[in-house]
Amino acid sequence: MKKLQGLLGLGALLPACTAWAQVQDMPGGPKVLQVNLHKGVTEIAESMYSLHIMMLIICTVIFIAVFGVMFYSIWAHRKSKGFKASVFHEHMGVEVAWTVVPFIIVIAMALPATKTVVAMKDTSSADITVKATGYQWKWGYEYLDGKAKGINFISNMTTPYDQIEGGAEKSNTYLMEVDNELVVPTGKKVRVVITADDVIHSFFVPELGVKQDAIPGFLRDAWFRTDKVGTYRGQCAELCGQNHAFMPIVVRVVSPEDYDKWIAEQQKVAAK
Amino acid sequence: MSSTVVDHAPDHHGHDDHHHAAPTGWRRWLFATNHKDIGTMYLLFSFIMLLEGGALALLIRTELFEPGIQFFQPDLFNQFTTMHGLIMIFGAIMPALVGFANYMIPLQIGASDMAFARMNNFSFWLLPVGAIMLTGSFFVPGGATAAGWTLYAPLSLQMGPGMDMAIFAVHILGASSIMGAINIIVTILNMRAPGMTLMKMPLFCWTWLITAFLLIAVMPVLAAAVTMLLTDRHFGTGFFNAAAGGDPVLYQHVFWFFGHPEVYIMILPAFGIVSAIIPTFSRKRLFGYASMVYATAAIAVLSFIVWAHHMFATGMPVTGQLYFMYATMLISIPTGVKVFNWVATMWRGSLTFETPMLFSVGFIFVFTLGGFTGLILAVAPIDIAVHDTYYVVAHFHYVLVAGSLFALFAGTYYWLPKWTGRMYNEKLGKIHFWSTMLSFNLTFFPMHFLGLAGMPRRYVDYAPQFTDFHQVATIGAFWFGFSQLLFLYIILKTYRGAGETATAQVWEGAEGLEWTLPSPLPFHTFETPPVVK
Repeated sequence: MKKLQGLLGLGALLPACTAWAQVQDMPGGPKVLQVNLHKGVTEIAESMYSLHIMMLIICTVIFIAVFGVMFYSIWAHRKSKGFKASVFHEHMGVEVAWTVVPFIIVIAMALPATKTVVAMKDTSSADITVKATGYQWKWGYEYLDGKAKGINFISNMTTPYDQIEGGAEKSNTYLMEVDNELVVPTGKKVRVVITADDVIHSFFVPELGVKQDAIPGFLRDAWFRTDKVGTYRGQCAELCGQNHAFMPIVVRVVSPEDYDKWIAEQQKVAAK
Repeated sequence: MSSTVVDHAPDHHGHDDHHHAAPTGWRRWLFATNHKDIGTMYLLFSFIMLLEGGALALLIRTELFEPGIQFFQPDLFNQFTTMHGLIMIFGAIMPALVGFANYMIPLQIGASDMAFARMNNFSFWLLPVGAIMLTGSFFVPGGATAAGWTLYAPLSLQMGPGMDMAIFAVHILGASSIMGAINIIVTILNMRAPGMTLMKMPLFCWTWLITAFLLIAVMPVLAAAVTMLLTDRHFGTGFFNAAAGGDPVLYQHVFWFFGHPEVYIMILPAFGIVSAIIPTFSRKRLFGYASMVYATAAIAVLSFIVWAHHMFATGMPVTGQLYFMYATMLISIPTGVKVFNWVATMWRGSLTFETPMLFSVGFIFVFTLGGFTGLILAVAPIDIAVHDTYYVVAHFHYVLVAGSLFALFAGTYYWLPKWTGRMYNEKLGKIHFWSTMLSFNLTFFPMHFLGLAGMPRRYVDYAPQFTDFHQVATIGAFWFGFSQLLFLYIILKTYRGAGETATAQVWEGAEGLEWTLPSPLPFHTFETPPVVK
């Protein structure tokens, strides 16, 4: 909060802020006053982040150049200063230049982006395949191969209703907490096969750089691999009806040993 | 274009006895065939819809002031977001632009009226019918459609009768747009005054001519998409149902084949308005007139081949993603040409900053920000990160509010003295501009941050970490909304005859046929076409 008051000088406009004075960054989720993309814990998320920085820099340079000229003109070429209008109204040279130069800039932008697109879409040779199914309004997960093959469960949001209605204080992971998290190991390429049961949903986890619509009747896929143990939180990103805001996705990335332990536990539970 | 020399037509009062006396009372409006009356009705209608859509926006922002559910249950909230979008696009922005076309195109090309005067009447009067149907859908069982303005299947197949009303409303409003477009094309191609060649036309006529072709091309596509929804809902077809051999993504392809040209339908005429105003207040001809025309045409052609950039997250093959990324990035080139041309028009001009110019310069500045975010969104990997988040909401409000709406304000102030014969209150106009400009940015700039941080759009509730920027946006939204009542006040006061009498020329630097006519405009104009040299 103090950061915002300093940053934007809007403290006086935000009388309600005190109610959330204790809000902390959500680990694996959004930060308070976050203004940029998540840095990400996967190769794809990191290249999304750096592509965005590159685009911001290029756009800022163009912005300053174009509006530098415009605001200089606004300042200098005023009738009130007695400035007389020129009569020029075309110039082949500059017109060709400002068509060709942007074209070159666009190509320069497209090249690194192409590399990321190709990497992002390459879901081949995955180590682990998990199926994620969107339901109104929860996610179902099923492990399709490897040691965890056959494990499947439903993942519901655990935020209690009295927090939503305002009766209870909101937790730090409000709306982005579930009963059964999707558990995967570090260092493995995880392919998520995504579909839906009723309407279109979208599997979206910012820190993992994954967003893929879940389309009923069709399979789509996405992938991620991370070396960082942690819990990464996302939400459904395609309007899917009244509880669209209440079907989060939580992915817990654990060490390979903990992953084996988790599998064993799950299988014990299933055997009962 | 502005080198146009006008040979004033001889006085012609002796021979208009084939005209009946100007109708009065309600008949004047209900049976209106005069392009100025119909233009006025279009503008009035669109402003009413702007207020309705704006009220819905404020309800949305009220709920989003704090995390948690305070005022509206999720389903009602989704109805608000859906109807806000539909009403603003089909009720406010598009009819307002058609209103300007009706009013100004005949005056700018020296025609006596629109080509099909009675069809013009019909295409206007369809609008209130569509609007009543849309608004009325709130009061049927289940309420209005809550599937988002894009009406994606299969969610839209789950909706109640409000959805069917929305489908019929879209059909009606679409039919109105097509008729309006036919009228504009025929008027421009057949009714130009002698000597008014195409390449002498004001740019507003050019942008509308191209827009009208876009409308005719894509409104039937939208009609097809929503008709398939209708038959899926009631007649057992399965276009969008995988179990019946259909595909939900087909809907998105058809919808966005309409939807992307649609965004240019809403911005190209705005470009035309700004291209009229910048030269006037720079006292200098529009820079690069021909390249402006070619850039407009290039944007229109490209708009047909980029639609699936709205669908990167649906999961298309890598080649599809690359193609739509490249094609989309190309649009920034003709759009950039336009911005450069406007800046070059101002360069070494003799600038003054009356309200229309303020809104136009504001338009260039803020629309360009929206253009940059558009370019950033075109980059497929970044789009995957921010698709369906508030970043997209920020982007399209920068191009639709700061783009289309700012240009509409600019155009209203610019031509209002011509319409009413009175000057508006310049001081209040400037206050309206600054109030609108500041509150707009306060509302929508923080939404970029929310989207980058991962806040999905169309959410009734959000994580507390997003609270601060949502609160700033809500404060900005109320400021923005109430600023528009000042606009209403200024306009009404001018219509009631307050303010100085306007001259025919109105603005020192104004050029073009409409400024050769008296202010206020007589009921009939250019009954004998002027000769343009």
